[in-house]
Amino acid sequence: MGNVKQDLFVARDPEFTWEDEESLARCKSKYNGARALLDMLEKEGVELIFGYPGGVLLTLYDALLDSSIKHILPRHEQSAVHAADAYARVSGKVGVCLATSGPGAANMVTGIANAYMDSVPLVVLTGQVPTHLLGTDSFQEVDITGMTLPITKHSYLVKDANDIPRIVREAFYLASTGRPGPVLIDLPKDVMAAEVTSSCPEKVHLPSYKYFSKGNAGQIIEAAKAISMSKKPVVYAGGGVITSAAGLSLCQLIEKLNIPVVTTLMGIGSIPSTHPNLLGMVGMHGTVTANLAVNDCDLLIAVGVRFDDRVTSGLKHRFATKAKVIHIDIDPAEIGKVVRANIPIVGDARLVLEDLLPKVQVPETSAWWNQLRAWQQEYPLRYEQNGHLNPQMILEALGRIGGEQAVVTTDVGQHQMWAAQFYPVKVPRHFITSAGLGTMGFGFPAAIGAQFAKPDSLVFLVTGDGSFQMSIQELATTVQYSLPIKIILMNNGVLGMVRQLQKMFYNERFNQIQLHANPNFVKVAEAYGVKGLRVDKPEEVEPALIKAIDYPGPFLLDFAISPDEVVLPMVPSGKVITEVLGGED
Amino acid sequence: MRHTLAVLVENNPGVLARISGLFSRRAYNIHSLAVCQTENPSLSIMTIVVEGDSQVIEQVTKQLHKLVVVHKVTNLSNEAVVDRELALIRVKVKQETRLEILQTVDIFRGRVVDLGRSSLTIELTGDEDKIDAFVRTMKTYGILELVRTGRIAIARSES
Repeated sequence: MGNVKQDLFVARDPEFTWEDEESLARCKSKYNGARALLDMLEKEGVELIFGYPGGVLLTLYDALLDSSIKHILPRHEQSAVHAADAYARVSGKVGVCLATSGPGAANMVTGIANAYMDSVPLVVLTGQVPTHLLGTDSFQEVDITGMTLPITKHSYLVKDANDIPRIVREAFYLASTGRPGPVLIDLPKDVMAAEVTSSCPEKVHLPSYKYFSKGNAGQIIEAAKAISMSKKPVVYAGGGVITSAAGLSLCQLIEKLNIPVVTTLMGIGSIPSTHPNLLGMVGMHGTVTANLAVNDCDLLIAVGVRFDDRVTSGLKHRFATKAKVIHIDIDPAEIGKVVRANIPIVGDARLVLEDLLPKVQVPETSAWWNQLRAWQQEYPLRYEQNGHLNPQMILEALGRIGGEQAVVTTDVGQHQMWAAQFYPVKVPRHFITSAGLGTMGFGFPAAIGAQFAKPDSLVFLVTGDGSFQMSIQELATTVQYSLPIKIILMNNGVLGMVRQLQKMFYNERFNQIQLHANPNFVKVAEAYGVKGLRVDKPEEVEPALIKAIDYPGPFLLDFAISPDEVVLPMVPSGKVITEVLGGED
Repeated sequence: MRHTLAVLVENNPGVLARISGLFSRRAYNIHSLAVCQTENPSLSIMTIVVEGDSQVIEQVTKQLHKLVVVHKVTNLSNEAVVDRELALIRVKVKQETRLEILQTVDIFRGRVVDLGRSSLTIELTGDEDKIDAFVRTMKTYGILELVRTGRIAIARSES
């Protein structure tokens, strides 16, 4: 029988190597592409990869058995990318993930786009059909480099195994320098098995690739002058502050100058939430004060941001119209892309801020602060305590009980915005969220990646019943690897954010937002071997959180919240801040 | 306004897809694109004529620079350049129009490269305006087929 099977394959593909003991031994004996790849990953300091095996990766998975690299098996390829993404965000290292050709690679597309939008350093490895079958629509073939062109910083299709050491070197260099991003390496099956005689290159040679570190000295002096002369300055800080570890420099700057700061969703954690100069998040669901400050300021100091439409409402000509703009970013293409910068500075945020700090004079901002404090008094972030379980109350309790060192990952939707508004983040890289792409299903695999990056830290997943069901299968992963993740499920039985929009802007003509057949989440958790607890009353919140935290393993808390809870304040898309909803007292 | 960009890129498979993909997904409008290998076989030069105001061209240039395969982007519209296009035009010809057409070809300094029973194929080089003018003239006789390379350009050497 074995021969018949073998003959069938031979008939289809003369070069097909049946994975028998003989061919296995043959590819084991030589130093092949798979081993070169793993050796290079080890050299780059990779400790673990998130992956999912498949036909074209057999040689690689065989070589993995002899490698020091730990392999984590999530239950979906998309989870592998999200986990690697969060691992990178929390640890500051390059995340590595792996999937087989065809559907495996295609399943990673959303995760790659997610990492690209939020500038996360990833090396994405995909299996590919053997080179001689490329372009023939062979079994499990997709053109993954073609499909991911717009969502990768760079990509490689390896055709010669001897290129592997150079390509891996370049991929890590590209992913982690300048503006970070995902780099994809597509690895055909025969390349994995082919002999490698080349060695690791001493240096990366990429003459066409440049990035800036230090900002232009003249521009920094210009910026210092503008700051010193400003009356109503405000710092607008984003994810770039966290990526470049500029939080401390930024704190020194705003403290020395006594100027206010607002952050984007990506910038949460760059400044401790308790910092007196922090006005909160800016944008669609930001604080009224943060938005009024940006609207009214005479100098906007934008650091590591890209003027996303969730901040500008897509109204670039009506955004911060009274302000001169200083734009500090490592990516020259971000400068002038959305909003014209009066003083552009291309460079690493930390290095630029360090250069700027000694050159600035303290501006006179007391009148500005009086105005800002008045707005804060008038428009605090608040919610109605109505005797029901409020999501905001849960997040505040989580902040109190969870401690400063806890890592929070979120999914996407109302719970994400409530977490951004009410969960107090004190430390950079401790609030992990899908900001640019807004990927439902990101949170749970992200929590897994975060827990691997910080095995001794508390990791909370804040999720909703819609998002959670997009990655619910990862309950198995948490059990398999004994990851003590605490799942905070805001269960309102609806797709809350869409419902809120249909309620506010479509005359309550609700459509496709009821999740009628929701399972009993506690029972689902238990079926996987995860502890679960339903919470219905406000007084149960703190004891439940303490119980979950004290439990040594993964724990799901199913919070029953009302579908009528809304995220406020809200600046509707296409409106300016003065048209904010729910900000008034 | 139309800008001519000279983009020096790696001469590898997939590079054209990276460049054209960038233009299409960011909705920049390519008017013409000509690619060829340079004197260095590992590099190609793309002459891209793109429509847009200075802000669009600034973004196009910056986005092109972000691609790892792009070595250099030069906006030739800011410099003194020599630019040329090559056109091959097949024109309907009759006994009574033949002489007239040949005279016109001569005036435009074109060349007849192929002769058929009822058609002439003409090669013409020059800048865009000259070729446009020639094409307009030939339309009166009837154009059977037309191919143009798109603009290629080179900066003038310093005198």
